[in-house]
Amino acid sequence: MKHTPVYGLMAEFDNPEAVVHAARKTYEAGYKKIDAYSPFPIEALSEAIGFHYNFVPLVVLIGGILGGLSGFALQYWIHVINYPVVVGGRPLNSWPAFIVVTFEMTILFAGISAVFGMLALNGLPMPYHPVFNVPRFALASKDRFFLIVFSSDPRYNALETRRFLESFSPRSISEVPS
Amino acid sequence: MDEQPTPAPVIEPGYTFGTVTDKISSIVLTRPTSNGWFLGFGVAFLVTMGLLYAIGYLFLKGVGIWGVNIPVGWGFAIVNFVWWIGIGHAGTLISAILLLLRQSWRNSINRFAEAMTLFAVACAGMFPVLHLGRPWLAYWLFPYPNTMNVWPPLVLSVHTVVSFDFAIGQVPGWHTTIFPPYFVAGAIYSGFAMVLMLAIPIRKFYGLEDFITERHLNNSAKVMLATGLIVAYGYGIEAFMGWYGGNRYDAFLLWNRLHGPYSFFYYMLLLCNIGIPQVLWIKRLRTSPFWLFLISGVVLVGMWLERFIIVVVSLQRDFLTSSWGMYYPTRWDWMTFIGTIGFFLACMFLFLRVLPMISIFEMRTLLPEAEVKE
Repeated sequence: MKHTPVYGLMAEFDNPEAVVHAARKTYEAGYKKIDAYSPFPIEALSEAIGFHYNFVPLVVLIGGILGGLSGFALQYWIHVINYPVVVGGRPLNSWPAFIVVTFEMTILFAGISAVFGMLALNGLPMPYHPVFNVPRFALASKDRFFLIVFSSDPRYNALETRRFLESFSPRSISEVPS
Repeated sequence: MDEQPTPAPVIEPGYTFGTVTDKISSIVLTRPTSNGWFLGFGVAFLVTMGLLYAIGYLFLKGVGIWGVNIPVGWGFAIVNFVWWIGIGHAGTLISAILLLLRQSWRNSINRFAEAMTLFAVACAGMFPVLHLGRPWLAYWLFPYPNTMNVWPPLVLSVHTVVSFDFAIGQVPGWHTTIFPPYFVAGAIYSGFAMVLMLAIPIRKFYGLEDFITERHLNNSAKVMLATGLIVAYGYGIEAFMGWYGGNRYDAFLLWNRLHGPYSFFYYMLLLCNIGIPQVLWIKRLRTSPFWLFLISGVVLVGMWLERFIIVVVSLQRDFLTSSWGMYYPTRWDWMTFIGTIGFFLACMFLFLRVLPMISIFEMRTLLPEAEVKE
């Protein structure tokens, strides 16, 4: 039998407090595959859906270390291995003179990793996302707040989950076709 | 914390998430283009054409059409380059540093400060190519492959590196370690002056006084006052070291600034950058759009003069009396300089017309309803 696959159930709220409250209760009720959308960042909301930390700082740290090492290695390779020239009696590995480039490369790599790491962790660019199938979702970039329970959640049940979300008295509940 | 008086709001009361969105986006999406916009853009565009003409003639004839010669081999091109880079600095400060310091009042001015930064850097970026003499080799300057997404950390370091050009030279006046910090302070100084010169008319013409409030003007003026004092300290140390260091060439540089052929500009610089901005201690002037606009203009002139003094006066008379000379800008120098201002303004006009000039989601976070109480 063929049926339209459902991506999840989406509830719409008026204000940030309502969506944070609903999100926390949903998470506490055992739904783990949930997500929330708001017109501006709300710190409490990411806490509420169980999203406690992200890996961008780690990516930036790794990028920065790699950048610093590669900046230093580049100069070391040139001055010590590939084209050794003694200047003013100084040792070939005159590391204090390498600091400026090393520093700049650290910043460069850390900056690039921050931007591209953030994009990659967000899964961007993403040409298609099912939530946009719900017409009211356009309001998420204006003044409405959305909470979604994905159908892939083991506790998901079309009827019970809908009833559960209705207990928060949202403005609307929509089924999101995938 | 609780005993402190509540500061003036960064957004006037009475707005909701929806009205903030509509108010900012309507300027771009629904309002018709005003005649004032066409007039302003038209003038800026004409001046930009003048810039293209000056550049075209430069490429045809070479840098001989400018006033540069030995000993002053660096003239307007470098003066303008450093000036524009400095202006571009404010966007970096507002978008990065004030964000890190959680200064939420920046939210309404950061978008166009960043746009301004991009355009100022574009203006600055022209000059290294123009002053080459062999512009067809311009690509030698660029660290290709280039990655555009990394400009915020880069701009921060660029200005310091630019100041190293002046800090590590042998020429008196280009031989002082005070440059990196006071260049950055001067950059933020001129950058905030430019932000104010743009913000004040914009908030007036587009009716955005609710979003760019008196508090923004006041805070920006305070930043200007503080960085202006750092700059003043830099001038003071420079002069002090010229006198105290005992190096006769450094001492002569100081004498030359005070009594030489360009001394008028040095006194104007002191007046514009140190003297006049001290009126910002008065709160009534800090919150008056009219006076703030005028003072910002004075600061921009002063910062341009500072770059002029550093570049030209240092080169003009160095170690050997026989190699002294004078520098006079030609009409092409002026046309290129004024042309970049036109280019900058034309870009700003386009930005105001096609992009929301204030970051909408960041404004929403300032509303009282955005706060989640638990």
